[in-house]
Amino acid sequence: MGKRRVVITGMGMLSPLGNDVKSTWEGIQAGRSGIGMIDRFDATDYNTRIGGAIKDLDLDAWLSSKEARKLDAFIHYGLIAAQQAVDDSGLDDYDGLDKERVGVAIGSGIGGLEYIEKTVLTMDKSGPRKVSPFFVPASVINMISGNAAIRFGFKGPNIAIVTACTTGTHNIGYAARTIAYGDADVMLAGGSEMATTRTGVAAFSAARALSTRNDEPEKASRPWDKDRDGFVLSDGAGVVVLEELEHAKARGATIYGEVIGFGMSDDAHHITAPPESGEGAARSMVNAIRDAGISPDEVDYINAHGTSTQVGDVAEVAAVRSVFGDHADKLAMSSTKSMTGHLLGAAGAVEGIFSVLALRDGILPPTINLENADEGCDLDFVPNKARKSDVRVALSNSFGFGGTNGTLIFRRFDA
Amino acid sequence: MSTVEERVKKIVCEQLGVKESEVQNTSSFVEDLGADSLDTVELVMALEEEFETEIPDEEAEKLGTVQDAIDYIVAHT
Repeated sequence: MGKRRVVITGMGMLSPLGNDVKSTWEGIQAGRSGIGMIDRFDATDYNTRIGGAIKDLDLDAWLSSKEARKLDAFIHYGLIAAQQAVDDSGLDDYDGLDKERVGVAIGSGIGGLEYIEKTVLTMDKSGPRKVSPFFVPASVINMISGNAAIRFGFKGPNIAIVTACTTGTHNIGYAARTIAYGDADVMLAGGSEMATTRTGVAAFSAARALSTRNDEPEKASRPWDKDRDGFVLSDGAGVVVLEELEHAKARGATIYGEVIGFGMSDDAHHITAPPESGEGAARSMVNAIRDAGISPDEVDYINAHGTSTQVGDVAEVAAVRSVFGDHADKLAMSSTKSMTGHLLGAAGAVEGIFSVLALRDGILPPTINLENADEGCDLDFVPNKARKSDVRVALSNSFGFGGTNGTLIFRRFDA
Repeated sequence: MSTVEERVKKIVCEQLGVKESEVQNTSSFVEDLGADSLDTVELVMALEEEFETEIPDEEAEKLGTVQDAIDYIVAHT
């Protein structure tokens, strides 16, 4: 049996740049930063007091009052992005939908951290009898997928892959394979995160991973720039509807692009840092290119992992040079994290969507705050301004703690 | 100062996400107000908090309706 083709027919997103795909994509094209001061808790004593938050979200417009009150914010964000994606896909209007052939794969890097913190404080103060019976279903990671299945009646495969900052990419890649292999016809896939909590910011800060550019939050995320000093922790979610090509055609769906390749690897090197050679990242890209059945020089655009850390940014450039050779100087590679910050488990999902939108609209998203490129950072990073380009194939990278790497390749869909 | 009945009904509305008009004294938490087993546990916890009392599990299991809860609170606080 040959691989079945998989296309994207719906997209949903919450990001520091906007509470849907449209407003976020407008922000990206305008080169706007979504980073600001943390106000979800009192960050006065923190070295890092900046982050990328979801702003002005009307929970009641999307969720029942029980969902709004009894689920952690990362589940809220994931469910809202899922609802947007389903609405966008028009699946609800398709009478022929066999819901036993529709599945969900939406993960998170960390899960219900805020709810966990709140519960531990309550228990410490008032004892075990005050722990809510909703603690587990409100905070464990597979509960976006679980709640989405209930909400939409999707009875197919249901899973939530957890791989730190590679989560979104792995869930989309796995979901595409599930369809390609024939286990489902439609999959909701992506990632969600809300880790800018007291513990989350303190912990990433202790690991010296976060930028401390507190006086200029909008300039804090600056991949490949000489003056970068760490990533910016952000919240949000991205969810796509993936669909088998003939299924999508049969119902007359709008097709945004095709998932043609998925690759994975591990650095087997260090719990948090990549090797400077980027060789694990390179193997992930090579595996995805092989899966796609394309030649490396067909890749026009790379949406980089590009978090704005010292080692990671340089390693990814080295990885791209080793995979693409001379073609590395012809393709464009940008980091949308320069605008959104790092959404951890949601990053691969929102960046997969940006890659698809780059194909759809023929626009290369910029890398903002790139004033002086660092040594060894010498690719076309689409500095500071979005650019029109005839993008046919886009590749999206995600690398996570544990050395886990994932790469997705998308192709423009020309009907 | 609100009556026990008003306070109980307010908590039921908050915990179960139902409108005030739906909550009658005879309403069953499970049958009429859509509570599941987790909701009823948390509802009892909220009542304990509001009325600064402890409701033992074997008593909590008997609280099937809004009136049951009101009667228990009146008798034990």
